[in-house]
Amino acid sequence: MTNGQPQAASQPADQPASQPEELLRVENLTKAFSGVEVLKSLNAGIRRGEIMGVIGENGAGKSTFMKLISGVYAPTHGRILLDGKPVRIATPSAAQRLGIAMIPQEFNLINTLRVYENIFLGRELRRAGVLDRKRMIEIARRLFAALATDVQPEALVGDLSVAQKQMVEIAKAISQESRILIMDEPTTVLSRAEIDSLLVIMRDFTAKGGAVFFVSHKLAEVRAVCDRVLVLRDGELISLDPVAALDEHEMARRMVGRDLSEAFPAKATPTVVQPVLAVRSLTVPGSLAGISFTLQQGEILGIAGLMGAGRTELGETLMGLRKAQSGTIAIDGAPTAIQSPRDAIAAGIAYLSEDRQGRGLLLQYDSVVNITLASLKQYARLFIQNRKCQERARYYVDSFNIRVPSLAADLSRLSGGNQQKVYLAKWLDTAPRILILDEPTRGVDVGARHEIYGFIHDLVANGLSCILISSELEEILGLSNRVLVMRSGRIAGELAGDALNEEEIMYYATGLKVQEIPGDATAPATLSGASGAPVE
Amino acid sequence: MVSKRSINYSTWTPLAALIILIIISSFASEYFFSARNLLNITRQISYTGIIALGMTLVIIAGGIDLSVGSLVALAGGVAVLALNALGGGPLAVAAAILVAVIVGVLGGAFNGMLVTAGRVAPFIATLGTMSIYRSLTLYMANGGEFRSQSDLFPSFGAGLFLEIPIATWVFVILAVIFQILLSYTPFGRHVCAVGANEVVARYSAIRIQFVKFMTYALTGLTVGVSAVLLASRLNAVSSTNAGVYYELDAIAAVVIGGTSMSGGMGAIWGTVIGAAVLGIINNMLNMAGISTYLQGLVKGLIIIAAVLVQYKRK
Repeated sequence: MTNGQPQAASQPADQPASQPEELLRVENLTKAFSGVEVLKSLNAGIRRGEIMGVIGENGAGKSTFMKLISGVYAPTHGRILLDGKPVRIATPSAAQRLGIAMIPQEFNLINTLRVYENIFLGRELRRAGVLDRKRMIEIARRLFAALATDVQPEALVGDLSVAQKQMVEIAKAISQESRILIMDEPTTVLSRAEIDSLLVIMRDFTAKGGAVFFVSHKLAEVRAVCDRVLVLRDGELISLDPVAALDEHEMARRMVGRDLSEAFPAKATPTVVQPVLAVRSLTVPGSLAGISFTLQQGEILGIAGLMGAGRTELGETLMGLRKAQSGTIAIDGAPTAIQSPRDAIAAGIAYLSEDRQGRGLLLQYDSVVNITLASLKQYARLFIQNRKCQERARYYVDSFNIRVPSLAADLSRLSGGNQQKVYLAKWLDTAPRILILDEPTRGVDVGARHEIYGFIHDLVANGLSCILISSELEEILGLSNRVLVMRSGRIAGELAGDALNEEEIMYYATGLKVQEIPGDATAPATLSGASGAPVE
Repeated sequence: MVSKRSINYSTWTPLAALIILIIISSFASEYFFSARNLLNITRQISYTGIIALGMTLVIIAGGIDLSVGSLVALAGGVAVLALNALGGGPLAVAAAILVAVIVGVLGGAFNGMLVTAGRVAPFIATLGTMSIYRSLTLYMANGGEFRSQSDLFPSFGAGLFLEIPIATWVFVILAVIFQILLSYTPFGRHVCAVGANEVVARYSAIRIQFVKFMTYALTGLTVGVSAVLLASRLNAVSSTNAGVYYELDAIAAVVIGGTSMSGGMGAIWGTVIGAAVLGIINNMLNMAGISTYLQGLVKGLIIIAAVLVQYKRK
C-alpha cells in the first residue's frame, strides 16, 4: 500500500530520527456489526505532514474507518498504531487526548451556548478559578480570523447558519492541538472562500507535522487538496496511491468498480406543451417576492441560485409548508388553494426536502413505515394492511436497488444514497404528478447519484413533471430542460437551450445580469447586489 | 409498527422482568399464586393501568400528562353528583358512567388545547391543570367526600363477571383496543411519527396538532373510565385523596413497559406488563408487612431503574 517514498520535505526538522515515518497505522482493522463486516482487514498508514483523501461510495466503510480511529467504535479485529506503538482508542475523549480530532458530518454543537463556549466546552480556560471569558473569546476570534470567516465568538450557535456551524466545528478541532484531523465531508456546505481558507488551514496544520484524513465526495477537491488517496469499496481497500496518479474519472471508476461513461442520461424534450403548474406572483413575506413561472408536463425545471435565494422556500410554499401572502397556484389550469401539505398531496405535489434526515425520514423506523408514511391512506380503511405496505416497500426496494439488510431494518443504518432512495420512494408512493426535488443528491455517493439521475429521467419520461432545486450546477445543467435562476426571493432569469450554461447561471445568481420576466414587475433592476458570492 | 420489532431484546426486557418477579413472588409467599390474590392484583392495577393506556399514547407522541390524578377525582366527583341527582337507579348509574367519561374527555381535551392551540409545554400545561382540576373538586365537595346514595352503583365497580372483577375486564378490553389503535391504524402510526420526529411528521402531511390533541383527549377518556370504576368500588369519591399519585403510577407503568420517555416508540402491551410489575411489587410489599409509607420509595426506585435501563440500552 505505502510505497515507502520518503516525505522528508513535509517532515518537521525537529522530529527525532527514531520516530517512524508514519504517524498512524492501522493493521488488519476490521469492524463487524451483527456479523456483517463493514470494514474488512484494512492495512494503511498516514504519514506526518500528509493529507490523505478517503473516498468511496456511501456504505463503503469510510465513516466506519474514521469512527474507529476517533474512538466512536471499537474494532472487531486488528489494531491501531500511533507513532509505531499500539494504542487503544476506546472513547472519543481518549482519541482527543491522543491528539485525534474529528470534525463530524453532523454537528455536535449546543445551540443554546455561545460560539466560544462551544469551542472550549469541557476544557474551559480559567483564571483564579473562574472562567477566563476574555481569553477564550480572544482565542476564538483569532481562530476565526485564521479561517477567514466572520463568525462572532459571542453569537449563540443556534443563530448561526449551517456553514457557520461547520466553521465552528473546524475551529473547535483545530483549537484542540490535535495531531490528526479527521474531516468528514467538510466542504459540503461551505462557500468557495471558506473552502479556500480551510485548505490553507489544512496545509498549515500538516506543515507542523500533523496529518489530515479528508473524507469527501467531491473528487475535484480531493484532487486539489490531498497527497494520497485511499479508495474503499464494500469495506475493502481498493487502492492507496499518490493523487497525481489519479484523475477524477479514475477515482470514480475505482469507487464504483465500473466505468461511469455517461454521467447524465440523455435529456428528453417534452413533446407536448401543456402546463401542469402555473405559479403567478407568489409572495411569502421575507422569502419570496412575486414568483411567477410555469412547469410543463414531462419537463425538468431546474432552479438554481445562491444560498438564501429562496429556492427551498419556494419548494416549501408549493408544498403548503409555508403560508403565501398573495399569488396564485394553478394546476392543469385550475386555481388550487394549497394551505397544508395535505392539500399539496391531494393536488399531486410531492416535495423532497434538502434535509433528508431532519425533515424527510424517521431514521429509527424501517423502510416500510417510511415509504408508506405519507401515503398511508391507500393502505388503510380502518386498519393498516401491513402485507400491502410490505409488498409496496419491497417493490420500491427492488426497483430502486435500495440496499437494506431487511425491510424491517432501521433507516439509521443505511447509507445516505440508500436513504435518499427510500425518501424518493416515500413521495412517489403518494402518486404525485409534480415532484419537487430539493438537493436530491446531497451527501449521496457517486454510484447512487447516477442511479437517482436515471430514476428522475425515467419518471419524467413517464409523464411526471419535476422541479429540481440544486446547488450542484453540473446536476442542474445535466438534467434540466429549462432553468430558473433565483436571487433574493425573485426569479432573476430563465435560461434554456444555448443560453443554459454555468456562466449565465452565475451571472443571474449573483445579480450581474437581470432579466425582465413577463408578469414579474418587481424584478430588481440594479446591479448593486453583485458580489462574488459563491453558489451554496 | 411496534409489534414487528418486538423480536429484539429491549422490548422483551419488561416481560422478562415480570416473569422473574412472578417466580420470586411465588417462592416468597405461598398465597401469591392463589386465585383470590391474583385476581385482587389485577383489579388493583386496573385503575391506574387503564389511565396508563392513554398515557402511553401521550408519551409516545412526545408529551406527558400530570393532571390525570386530579382529573380522576373531578370526573368521579361529578359522576357521583349526577348519580345522586338522578336518583341512583339503573339509568342513573348509566348516566354516571357517561358523565364521568364526558368530564374525563373534556378535561383531556382542555389539556390538548393548551398543548396544541396554546403551545404550552405539556409538562407545564398539565402541571397547571393538575392543580385546577383538584381545586375544582375540593371546592365542589368543600374538602370532603362525594358520597353515592345508590345501592346499585357499588355492585358494578366491585362486581365480578365470570369470576373476574369487572375492572379487570375493562382494563383488558381497553388494552386490546389501544394496542390495535397504536399498531394497526393510521392514527397510531401518526402518533409514533409525531413523537419520533415532529418535523418529519409535518413534512409528511400528518396533522401533528390534531394527533397530539387526540392523545390527550383519549387519555381523558381513560381517566373517566377509571374514575367511575373507582367511584363505584368505594361508592364515594374523596376530593382530597382520590387519584392522588395516579400520574406517578401511570407514568411508571408506561416507562417500565419500555416506552421511550423521549417519545417515538412504545407498546401498549409493555404498559400492561409495567402495570402488572408495579402491582405485584405492591402486593409483595403488603404481604411482607412493609409499611405502606415505604411503598412509594420502592416505586420511585423502580421508575428510576427502568429509565436507567432504557438509557443504557441506547
